[in-house]
Amino acid sequence: MAINVKVVERPIEETSYVRATLKGMANTLKHLVGGHRVTTQYPEQRESISRRWRGTHRMLTTEDGKAKCVACGLCPTVCPANCIKLVPGEDEQGNRYPLVFDIDEFRCIFCGYCQEVCPEEAIHLGRHYENAEFNREGFIYDLERLMAQTHPVTEMWDPADPKGE
Amino acid sequence: MSMVTNSLLLQAVIDPQGPIAFWPWLAFTGVKLLVFFTIYMLGVAYLTLAERKISAWIQHRHGPNRVGPNGFFQPLADGVKNFLKEETLPPYVNKAMFILAPMMAFIPALTIWCVIPWGASWASPWGRVDMVLADLPIGFLFTIAVASLGVYGIVLAGWASNNKYALLGGLRSSAQMVSYEISMGMALIPVLLFAGNVTLRSIVDQQAQMHLWNVLTLSIAFLVYLISAFAETNRLPFDLPEAESELITGYHTEYSAMKFSLFFIAEYANMATQSAMIATLFFGGWDIPFMTADNTGAVSFPLVLLSMAIMMAKTLFFLFFYIWIRWTLPRFRYDQLMSLGWKVLLPLALAYIVIVATLMLVLDAAGIDRGLVYGLIFLGVNAVLLGLFFVFLDRGKIVSPANAPLHAEELKRLRGITASRARLSALSGD
Repeated sequence: MAINVKVVERPIEETSYVRATLKGMANTLKHLVGGHRVTTQYPEQRESISRRWRGTHRMLTTEDGKAKCVACGLCPTVCPANCIKLVPGEDEQGNRYPLVFDIDEFRCIFCGYCQEVCPEEAIHLGRHYENAEFNREGFIYDLERLMAQTHPVTEMWDPADPKGE
Repeated sequence: MSMVTNSLLLQAVIDPQGPIAFWPWLAFTGVKLLVFFTIYMLGVAYLTLAERKISAWIQHRHGPNRVGPNGFFQPLADGVKNFLKEETLPPYVNKAMFILAPMMAFIPALTIWCVIPWGASWASPWGRVDMVLADLPIGFLFTIAVASLGVYGIVLAGWASNNKYALLGGLRSSAQMVSYEISMGMALIPVLLFAGNVTLRSIVDQQAQMHLWNVLTLSIAFLVYLISAFAETNRLPFDLPEAESELITGYHTEYSAMKFSLFFIAEYANMATQSAMIATLFFGGWDIPFMTADNTGAVSFPLVLLSMAIMMAKTLFFLFFYIWIRWTLPRFRYDQLMSLGWKVLLPLALAYIVIVATLMLVLDAAGIDRGLVYGLIFLGVNAVLLGLFFVFLDRGKIVSPANAPLHAEELKRLRGITASRARLSALSGD
């Protein structure tokens, strides 16, 4: 019922409109002349990101320039977003390697499980966020592209250093 | 023909204070038209930038700073963007009115600019040049009449859009503008009584003669006018026709590109016009303070420029004031808006007319000259009235808060009614 309104008898200072207005105007003017700007001017200035920032992926390579990945299939298994497409291959010596390793960055939720589960420390998330593309196909990173990325990789959570300092 | 012109020119050379001949008048009017409207349109464009910049500064941001040095060419970029954007014409609108509405909002906003006196008259070699485009004898009556035409554009936009939010915005706007126009007109009557004439020039002259601005001698009228001007221009805290949060910007929801931009320009043009009107009516207009040389008819060109600069500064201050208030006060509730207009401002303006008229009658009967003393007496009376205003009206009476209209006994009675109704409905077995 509309009538069941709680009536609060407020003091004059609180019900006054003129005084509140003047006070408010003084406040806004104070902020106007206060100077102090908090905006980060993005392309020129950048906020520093955490060492545990989880951004677009990187595939690490061995000294001879091959992907560290052994196509064990753990990362597509653990991936909750089902964004990793892996087709394993095997060479003459019996070494496994990925024939296809595609990550759909649109599907990826950047949970970092792939990095955590990887026995070879091959696939990593990266400390990187400027990943705009002109078309949707650009967001499916193939093995070549994952290997070509150079940004720093994400650090794993360390129980000894829970805040990442 | 040329002989006539020449003889008229020669005549005018002899008397720079006298009326100007036809051909120089036409030439000067053309120049004034170009200059005033160029300044106006540029000013309106840069007002959008000023609004964004000042808003940003109040919120500790930088504001637009990418186009040109410190965002200086932002209005240009906005204009280009608005011209190049797609014009949408929804299939269910009333096409003729939909197209007509932005123009109807835009044209009155521009028209009022013609009658505002921008400076002292120039004693040119060809005769007296008034720094006003059209020195209408009906003066500010014209501004009130034309300003109220602006509501048609908004109502038509709301109606033609065939959209419930737009219609609500348009209806709110019409109710708001009609309500506040009355108190606005009533607030001007004391000014009219003072000047004894409706031309804006005579109002400026009267303030110069009294050596006191009308804001000091007619403070209550100023306050009522100021509040009504905010409501008339649909600015916060009275921007209910737009009300982004509830009406998705109200009457111009369906508009895009330049049609939308016209509404936007109209709003800013109205702000500029109202600021100039406040400066003229209550802040002495172009009159140069502490100087009497500019009050003796036509003056030299540097003085004209100085008076124009003073007028401009006053106008700019009120434009800043509009933006300042925008970031200070939240939007009124609709019932608060109506009760403020009809229950507070209108009676206040009416009572003030009676007070001012009575006082003028008394002072004239006492034989006091309409000069500084006259003004000082009014100043004293206004100080007392302002004191009363603050003490009596500022007790939750201006804007009804949650507790105001319902007193405890009233509430008890109403609760009794609901309780008995609940019993009745229980008996009837609902």
